Amino acid sequence: MTLPVYASPIERGWYVLHRVFCGCLFLYLLLPILIIIPLSFNSEGFFTFPMPGVSLRWYQDFFGSDRWLSALQSSAMVAIAVTLLATTLGTLAALGLSRANFPARGMVMSLLISPLIVPVVITAVGMFFFYDKIGLINSYPGIILAHTALATPFVVITVTATLMGFDQSLSRAGAGLGAPPITVFRRVMLPLILPGVLSGALFAFVTSWDEVVVVQFIASPEQRTLPKQMYSGIRDQISPTITAAATLLIIFSGVMLTTIELLRRRSERLRGIRAT
Amino acid sequence: MQAPDPGPMPYAHEYGTRLMVSAAVATTGIMVDGVPLKLKLRRAERMRKLKAVGLVAPLFLFIVVSFGIPIVVMLFNSIYDPYVAKLTPRTAVALAAWDGNDLPAEPVFEALALDLKDAQKAKQAALIGRRLNYELSGARSKLIVSAKAAAKLETGPYKEALIAADPMWGEHGTWTLLKRTTRAYTPYFFLSSIDLRYDANGEIEPVPEGEAVYQAVFVRTLLISATVTALTLVLGFPLAYLLATLPARTANILLIFVLMSFWTSLLVRTTAWFVLLQTQGPINDFLFYTGIVGERIQLIYTRFGTITAMTHIQLPFTLLPIYSVMKGISPSHVRAARSLGAGPFYAFWRVYFPQTMPGIAAGCLLTFILCLGYYITPSLVGGPTDQLISTYVALFVSSAGNWGMGSALGTILLVATLILFFIYNRLVGIERMRLN
Repeated sequence: MTLPVYASPIERGWYVLHRVFCGCLFLYLLLPILIIIPLSFNSEGFFTFPMPGVSLRWYQDFFGSDRWLSALQSSAMVAIAVTLLATTLGTLAALGLSRANFPARGMVMSLLISPLIVPVVITAVGMFFFYDKIGLINSYPGIILAHTALATPFVVITVTATLMGFDQSLSRAGAGLGAPPITVFRRVMLPLILPGVLSGALFAFVTSWDEVVVVQFIASPEQRTLPKQMYSGIRDQISPTITAAATLLIIFSGVMLTTIELLRRRSERLRGIRAT
Repeated sequence: MQAPDPGPMPYAHEYGTRLMVSAAVATTGIMVDGVPLKLKLRRAERMRKLKAVGLVAPLFLFIVVSFGIPIVVMLFNSIYDPYVAKLTPRTAVALAAWDGNDLPAEPVFEALALDLKDAQKAKQAALIGRRLNYELSGARSKLIVSAKAAAKLETGPYKEALIAADPMWGEHGTWTLLKRTTRAYTPYFFLSSIDLRYDANGEIEPVPEGEAVYQAVFVRTLLISATVTALTLVLGFPLAYLLATLPARTANILLIFVLMSFWTSLLVRTTAWFVLLQTQGPINDFLFYTGIVGERIQLIYTRFGTITAMTHIQLPFTLLPIYSVMKGISPSHVRAARSLGAGPFYAFWRVYFPQTMPGIAAGCLLTFILCLGYYITPSLVGGPTDQLISTYVALFVSSAGNWGMGSALGTILLVATLILFFIYNRLVGIERMRLN
């Protein structure tokens, strides 16, 4: 937006004010996240500036402690299992939902999306009651089940959106040329909707990777995931190691965001939408 | 082999053109087996539907079991509290006949003594005590004492013996309470959730001034959510306007910044605010060294800290829907208004702003709904008086072990959320919820 030549001084004033305001807002959006990165290299155990010196001790603490490493490991394990499960179930459901004439589509969709809507504390409490009854509490299968329920809505939404841009006549063409449905799916449909499926999978991964409320209710101290360890790191012993952990997570989500953005562009290119 | 041209299809209007292909197949089929075309079509249609249902079924069942049933169990727990009824079966029967005036007669005392004896043997007397204690403070220890005494009783009269064990059995209120708790289904938790209680005669009355808690918590939850929503709108609107009006290349780079904050996990952002807001933290450092404040100020565990952190986390949720609506507004509208003589602000206010309303409604509604359920952020950066309803749900279930209260508060929160989402769905459509 450039200011027209006929702009009055007051208008120019507003224009500058607006720009300055937005500049401050970007600082507000980004600084809190970015400031934690230098703090994680602090040589002292405070969260304060100016930093007395630079060191890697909080990273040593992170990678040297069994607690953090085992938390990292169990988080990765849970998140990978959740990703596989949620992507499979979610993609199948999205395929079914995008068929024309699906009965009671709105209602079914609402139910499938509902884990996204219900406040997570309520989900956690409900799971705590029910998983206790069926013996899934304090176990990895329980956490995986719970996280998959929370993650599938993202897969369903992303894949359904991708399928809207998919030209159904392509699969009809495949079928008309004699391919069985599985082959049509594998050779025609999947390659085209793959970016959508993959970004759904990343959403699922991140959902599980970041989840902290449900694990607090349904996991015992033995099932310690990274967010759970971070939460207790803040709550109970305010250790600066959390800054190192947070930095690693920020870098991780940066990589995720970039991947999803690239996938989205590729998907748009494949579907013939000009990238803007 | 070539299928003959099916020609104009009389039923096309009935089934829609998308069935052309199956119709064509069906037309060839009629020559082979003589089955009416309409029937074959319907069959093919049913098969397609079944296949679609089959694809959705696994996830549907999965969600029902792993998510749906837990929610139903929680709803159920808010009105169902069977422990006292299970542990005092004889008393329940005996009290059913009690008219509620004066103290119950000897047979009721006898029933209670026998029930307490059994409960003591099963080491579950404390469970009865805990439930009575919700409404009558101190009842837990009194009941445990009574149960121990009852275990030693061999013969009657039980009335005197129980009253001797603890005078609370000589009070009318204890018995109305016990009668209520021997019913497994109870509105008690919901009444408590809105600061109502039963008086000694079993009538519903408001909780006295000093003890009322939850109405204030609900009001606080609404107030903080509304404040955060308003702030995200005031901050997000100008930013969305900037992003929507800048040249695409610059706007995309700035948008990545917004998305970066959106994509950083909630816990990490809360951690960041936790660190920033410390009294010895960076914000205080800045304020102190620049001389804005003479002394370090308390930021963490305050309402200010909670709202600042929540606004930071929610800003992208409000901003992105507004941005996507603004992207669709043609700049020529404002130019037309200007050329017709409107001043810049008049043109903006009367021509541009009304068109952004759908985005504002969608963004604000989403943020408001999400704020209602906030738990992690207030619990880490807020003080005791900044906790929202979710914190109380979590506390009751995990620390206090009062599942009924946690469930009742949770049910109220759930109902509020669902009503708002119903409106959101009408306005925006759930499937169009922005993910990135």
